[in-house]
Amino acid sequence: MRITGNTLTRRGFGAILAAGLLATGLTACANSDTGDNAGGTAGDDKIVLGFSQVGAESGWRTANTTSVKEAATEAGIELKFDDAQQKQENQIRAIRNFIQQKVDVIAFSPVVESGWDTVLKEAKDAQIPVILTDRAVDSADKTLYKTFLGSDFVKEGRLSAEWLIEETKSATGPVNIVELQGTTGSAPANDRKKGFAEAIAANPNLKIIASQSGDFTRAGGKAVMEQFLKANPKIDVLFAHNDDMGLGALEAITAAGKVPGKDIKIITIDAVKDGMQALADGKFNFIAECSPLLGPQLMELAKKVHAGEEVPARIETEETTFTQQTAKEALPTRKY
Amino acid sequence: MSSWRTRLPAVTGHRLFWPVVVLILLLAANAIYRPSFLAVEMKNGHLYGSLVDIVRLSAPLILVALGMTLVIATGGIDLSVGSVVAVSGAVACLHISQQPDQNSLGSVLVALAMAFGVSLLLGLWNGTLVAVIGIQPIIATLILMVAGRGLAQLITSGQIITINSDPYRMIGVGHVLTLPFAIVLALAVTLLVAVLTRRTALGMIVEAVGGNAEASRLAGIRARRIKLLAYVVSAACAAVAGFMMTANVSSADGNAAGLWVELDAILAVVIGGTSLAGGRFYLGGTVVGALLIQTLTTSVYAMNIDPQTALLFKAMVVIAVCLVQAPAFRAKFRRRRAMTAGPAAPTGEQRKEQVAA
Repeated sequence: MRITGNTLTRRGFGAILAAGLLATGLTACANSDTGDNAGGTAGDDKIVLGFSQVGAESGWRTANTTSVKEAATEAGIELKFDDAQQKQENQIRAIRNFIQQKVDVIAFSPVVESGWDTVLKEAKDAQIPVILTDRAVDSADKTLYKTFLGSDFVKEGRLSAEWLIEETKSATGPVNIVELQGTTGSAPANDRKKGFAEAIAANPNLKIIASQSGDFTRAGGKAVMEQFLKANPKIDVLFAHNDDMGLGALEAITAAGKVPGKDIKIITIDAVKDGMQALADGKFNFIAECSPLLGPQLMELAKKVHAGEEVPARIETEETTFTQQTAKEALPTRKY
Repeated sequence: MSSWRTRLPAVTGHRLFWPVVVLILLLAANAIYRPSFLAVEMKNGHLYGSLVDIVRLSAPLILVALGMTLVIATGGIDLSVGSVVAVSGAVACLHISQQPDQNSLGSVLVALAMAFGVSLLLGLWNGTLVAVIGIQPIIATLILMVAGRGLAQLITSGQIITINSDPYRMIGVGHVLTLPFAIVLALAVTLLVAVLTRRTALGMIVEAVGGNAEASRLAGIRARRIKLLAYVVSAACAAVAGFMMTANVSSADGNAAGLWVELDAILAVVIGGTSLAGGRFYLGGTVVGALLIQTLTTSVYAMNIDPQTALLFKAMVVIAVCLVQAPAFRAKFRRRRAMTAGPAAPTGEQRKEQVAA
């Protein structure tokens, strides 16, 4: 019996390995596909930019990819695009490929923060400048990359708080705030929470009475808000770390017989299409934008670093904030 | 008194005793933290309260776990249910979003039929891999777990599809006779599965296949067909759960819908007393397990437990349930108590103390 059991386990293990190999094979195929349409390095003086994207996990990311591709065409930059499908090893391989192909500039959105020193060193040795987009790396050696282009999450939290402070200037009593946090431990969740909390500390009337993680999803936001509403009879403001959680919470607020935007003011971050629609409809009150459209800025930077110009170590994406009025005006031309 | 004493071991020995005790303790903790937690009131003509939320939100998990119970009873496992949830929700919402009139009942029914059909095909795929080709269930369903989520994202083109359809919303947030429709639906499916498996020989046949597929085949049972059927039923349950989850928020998120629900479902099945080795299954236990898991999640929100520690809190409760359910662990615990308390066997009062502890 025991022997049979063992062979079975072993066979099972082999099958797992086979499945793993199969999966790797699939990703490899997908990668070579994207590599093909990039073509060979042109002999002309067009700048060649190698860009490795995290993946296509959200509407935000898709808009980000489209922006980069469109901006490259417009700026006359030859783009070699690679989709890392959420895996660091794919991304490291893509960067090594870029180095071998002797591209002029490498840009990438790191899947994770750590583990980049070796491959970035290789790029530096090959004298190819590197630009980080959207997400940072934690390398101690800051000379490994030229600049980091992305949103300032702390600032987004602060802008949200500043609008609220202005809005509740005349309030005499306490203003009860509930907070829907993003995925626990993620950089946007940590930083937005921090920025918001620091800014409202100035006004003793503003108080966060409950704060929970809604995992950046609508279902999560709704489930948490349902309990917030039952546990706290007086909620004045909802601060959600992204639009989707805010949209989920909307449903919970309506089901509880309250009017979103009036009984409970809603502040969110991101400004995706559905969120902007809710803002224009008067259900949200304020959105701090977290823009994925950093393509034009990236192309500008690529040209500068290629020409050897000095660029600041940290560049913020051009972002704005929306109120109900400005949302109505901006909505027809939104790209995502 | 004496009849109470003789009956007590039968109660405490029941496999659902400990999960129910933990469930009651959780609810009690919530009630102490906020007395109004247990209150159920009428609002806009339907029931409203945290308890209603718990049952409503556990409805999709109950469905997925019911299917999982049958698959596990045949000695298999279905890791792909979360992906089937995402695919079914995505297909239904995509079809509805393309209609000129999203509120038309006819097009919603077509959408449901399409999504249900696709899910049945996915179940058939799993069942064929396991029962006909003979691939290990954990590997066979792992394929669809990974590929299915990709498929769901392909269907939604990586975006969240938002719909505005009242008939579809009904599945997730509608009400029937003051009760949330999701609860009624989950109850109906549970009863249907219970009647089909326990009022006919089907349940016994499933257990026979799970106990020893070869022996049951020699006894004249079409073991392959039963296994295949289990995976199809599992996918069908996941499809309905997918409707509930997407209707709950009127949108299909291929990336997040049903994420990790397979693990919650397996946990619900195990808490309910069904062995992962197959051969025995308890539908009632699965339902209690699913309720316990949802109560745990809702408690974190209701008691506002810090998200950084929430996972640890959940893990500790689950570990406690699993340990206290294990006869070997209980025997060890009882022996230690018996040793400190003297050689006398534990009396009813001592047992009661253990319960309170």
